[in-house]
Parts: sequence; C-alpha cells; structure tokens
Amino acid sequence: MALEDSHVRRAAHLARLAVSDDQASGFVDDLSRILDMVDQLQSVDTEGVMPLAHPLDATQRLRADEVTETNQRDSFQRCAPAVEEGLYLVPRVVE
Amino acid sequence: MHDKTVTQLAAALKSGEFSSRELTSHFLQRIEQADGTLNSFITVTAEQALEQAEVADQSRKAGNAGTLTGIPLALKDIFCTQGVKTSCGSKMLDNFIAPYDATVVEKLRTAGTISLGKTNMDEFAMGSSNENSHFGAVKNPWDLSAVPGGSSGGSAAAVSAGLVPAAMGTDTGGSIRQPAAFCGITGLKPTYGRVSRYGMIAYASSLDQAGPMARTAEDCAHLMNVIAGHDVRDSTSVARGVPDYTETLNAPLSGLKIGLPKEYFGDGLDPEVEKAIRAAVKEYESLGATVREVSLPHTHYAIPAYYVIAPAEASSNLSRYDGVRFGHRCNAPADLIDLYTRSRAEGFGEEVKRRILIGTHTLSEGFFDAYYTKAQKVRRLIRQDFLDAFEDVDVLMGPASPTPAFDLGAKKDPVSMYLQDIYTIAVNLAGIPGISVPAGFAGGRPVGLQILGTHFAEAQLLNVAHQFQQATDWHLQLPAFAEENA
Repeated sequence: MALEDSHVRRAAHLARLAVSDDQASGFVDDLSRILDMVDQLQSVDTEGVMPLAHPLDATQRLRADEVTETNQRDSFQRCAPAVEEGLYLVPRVVE
Repeated sequence: MHDKTVTQLAAALKSGEFSSRELTSHFLQRIEQADGTLNSFITVTAEQALEQAEVADQSRKAGNAGTLTGIPLALKDIFCTQGVKTSCGSKMLDNFIAPYDATVVEKLRTAGTISLGKTNMDEFAMGSSNENSHFGAVKNPWDLSAVPGGSSGGSAAAVSAGLVPAAMGTDTGGSIRQPAAFCGITGLKPTYGRVSRYGMIAYASSLDQAGPMARTAEDCAHLMNVIAGHDVRDSTSVARGVPDYTETLNAPLSGLKIGLPKEYFGDGLDPEVEKAIRAAVKEYESLGATVREVSLPHTHYAIPAYYVIAPAEASSNLSRYDGVRFGHRCNAPADLIDLYTRSRAEGFGEEVKRRILIGTHTLSEGFFDAYYTKAQKVRRLIRQDFLDAFEDVDVLMGPASPTPAFDLGAKKDPVSMYLQDIYTIAVNLAGIPGISVPAGFAGGRPVGLQILGTHFAEAQLLNVAHQFQQATDWHLQLPAFAEENA
C-alpha cells in the first residue's frame, strides 16, 4: 500500500504532532519502507482466524466500582509545567 | 566485589565479610570511574543508595535480613521511582520526578535491595541498539565501538562492566534478551502478566514485560522471587501462584526434550553465532537432553505483525504526553493545539515520532482492518505455532540475535534495524517466557543462547539455564573494560 505525503500529514494531525515539510518527506520514505515490510502480512491466510489482542487470550479484568484512591492532587501537580490554584494552566480556549 | 554474582554477594553480606555500605560504596565508585565512558546510567542516586545501605546493615544486625537485603541494583529508567527523575530516555520526561513507585521498585525496596540509580535506554523503549536515547548512546563494555543492544542497553552494559551486580530491564520485542546477549549476561523475559506493569512507563501494553538482568540464571531466580506475582493495580497482571524459582534450579536435565526451530537457523544467521549455539546445544545433549528439529512456520511474519501492533499501542499510550500535566512543554504556545503539537514535536525523538505516525496511520479510518485486525490474526497464528511446538518438546533453543553486537551507527535504515529482532519478537506476541544466556563469542563479541518455554515456565527456563551455567563458564567471563576500570 503506497504511502503518500497526505497520509503522513493526516497521521501527524491526528497524533497532534507538528511535522515540518522537510520532516514530512523523510517520514514518507521511512514509513513507506516500513509499510512495504508490513505488507507481507497480506500473504498469510487468516480466513476464520480470530484476532488475538491479549497474549494469554484473556479478557480484561474489571475491578469493583469502589473508591480506593485518596486525593493526591498536590503531589501530582508538583511535576506539572504550569498550575494555578490547583488547576492546570493552558492557553485560553474560550474567548 | 564486582566480579561476584548476586548469590555470592548475598552470602558474603550474610557472613559479615563486608557490609552493604562497603559494597554500595564500591559500586558507586566504579560507576563514577567508568560510566563517563559507558554512559550506562542516566541518574545515579548515590546519597539515597548509601542511606538505604545503612538501613540494610541495621536490618541485618537486628536479624531481619532477607536473601537480597543490602544488594545494590539498578533500574531501567522506565520504572517510576518516587522522588527520582524517571525520563524513559526521553527529552519529554527529562524534568519528570515520579510521584510514586512502580510495583517492581516497591517490591525490590521492601526486599532490602539498594537502588544505585536509573539506567540508560532507547527512548520509550523503542530500539534495538540503545542509540535512540535522548541522553546519548550506551557503549558495549566488550567493545566500545559496538552497541550494547536495546532497549535495556544501559542495564546490560552496567551489569557486564561490573558497575552493578544486577539490574531490571523491560522487554517488548526482545529488549531484555538481545542486550543481555550482546553484553554477555543473563536476561529473563517472564510470561506476559507474571510481573506487574504498574508504574512501568507504557510502550506497547500487550507486549511489555519487566524482568531481571544479571550474570547468572541463579541470580535471576532470586530476583524473580521478589518481583513476580499478582498486583491488583495492574489489570493485566495474572492471579496465579508464584513458585520459589531457586528450588528447582538443580533439577537434572536427563530426558529434557529440546526443539530447534528450523526458522531460527536459516539465512541471515552469522556462521560464528550458529557455531556457538550448536555447541551449546551439544552441551545440553551431554547433560542428558534430546534434541529434535521443530518448525514455527509463521516466524517470518512476526516482525511485520509487531510493527503494526506495537506502534498502534504506542500511538495510544504516548497520547498522554501533551505538555499539560507533566513532561516537556513548549515555550509561549499560541493556542491549545499549538501547545500539544509543538510540545510533542520538541519532546519526542525521531524513532518515537516514526512509531507514533505508523501507529496512528494503521489505526486510522480506511486502514484499520487491513493492518491492525490482520496483524492481530497473524499474532494468533504465531502464538499457536509455539503452543503446537510445546506439545512435542519442553523448551525451544536458538540464537537470541542473528549477529553479535553491531557497530555504533552501523544501521541507518529503520527496517534493517527492526530485522535484528527476528528471533525475539514473536515471543512477545505470544506472551511466552524467554531467557538469554552467554554461550560463547563471535568476532570477540558475546553470543546469547535463547531458551523459550511455554506460558509460566520461568522456573523450568531458569533450571535449564542454570544447569548450562554449572557446566560452562561463558557467564563468568568479564570484559577487559571491567578490570581496566577497577
């Protein structure tokens, strides 16, 4: 499956990753080679095979819907780039 | 002291030959002397280590010492460690002081071990050479022009050079076994879910697994006794009893059935590596094992499947790095999207960006079934290959890597780098355990014998590896660098 510049730009947009024009062309080359390698999968007959998401074929365990954690906001916000009065600061999103 | 195994050091601490403080000081001194060359540590926590050593010595005096009390270790910088920088080899987390301990860290601390610091690694564990770290490449103690392997290359190099007797690593596609092989040490990737992933910075959640790296299988068994077990905080952790991994180390190997996957001995395998592996298998025959050829017919598809599944999971896991709650934030963002996109562009290195883009592309509308669903179906076939093989044999053996450690900077093309993991990557897709043990040299660089078992067969793998190490001395050989920097 050939990869085009628009695919890389779309993926970069979806991933919220800034990519310059120069970088984008480099990524088109690299990602095309990787996808060429990945395309070998198409030659495997997987008719009737169920996808395997968990290596032990287990289903995700659920925990009881109970409060188990204590409030550690101050501790967690110590490593935040910008906080004020217990809130994370980001650029204005509502005018 | 640095040429002793963890088991020997534990015995010496017990007999009072030296104190944990003396032992810890010795290794800290070696790190200070040698790590400028190796670059195997990102952070050294000397002061805390000496404090912990004092506590360990007091515990011993009070009669409260366990097997590993007072033993110095190092932790791959992927394990969250409270109050200590936990960077995951990335500029993104260069300023991140973890607010809590990973379960593995907590268990090792409770057992009385001493953390000397955090070891260097490929950024977010993405790499096979340790050249993708924001903190620079690690060098291989056996040959400073060679890579140590990745992504647990810092842990492997530090153990190999005698800067620490053991270290923790993680393995998503071979990142414990391959660097262990390249650096001439022993590394165990346990069954998926055997060791808690809580507090381990996630790369690919259905593949990541923590495990021990040390000189010997016996040392790995002692460490597994501490770190293995169910953790309610990790929903992928398995609720299943944990054996004493040291109890069965000396079980005889007579009657052991070894399978050699024919796909692991084909084109691309370095002849000297093959020679060393075949000699190791001969050694097993002399210990009473029988050998037969087996087939893992989907081996060829493991790398393509991995490079869909792992980047897909990575693109999701790494979406948390947005410059808002922790990690790198760009200067003066114009708006929220600018904050996200520039923080991520500045914080992530090239290989991480490549995998995020591949993962995002293969999960996007129009491509999901052709890539992701297909890869997950092939994953089931790969797992079934192993389960079928284990119907006929007890363990599988082969090389951990097709070549010995390659030169720093030798692999510029990402695909050629990815192909290095041909013998390790399927193991993670299947979730089975694997161990690499030193088994000779090729061109003066170490060769690792990989031994694979079925799910939860860690005790058997450690037994099989330990018996080999009772009969050979590859694991006891130290690089000249270790002595030159004594």
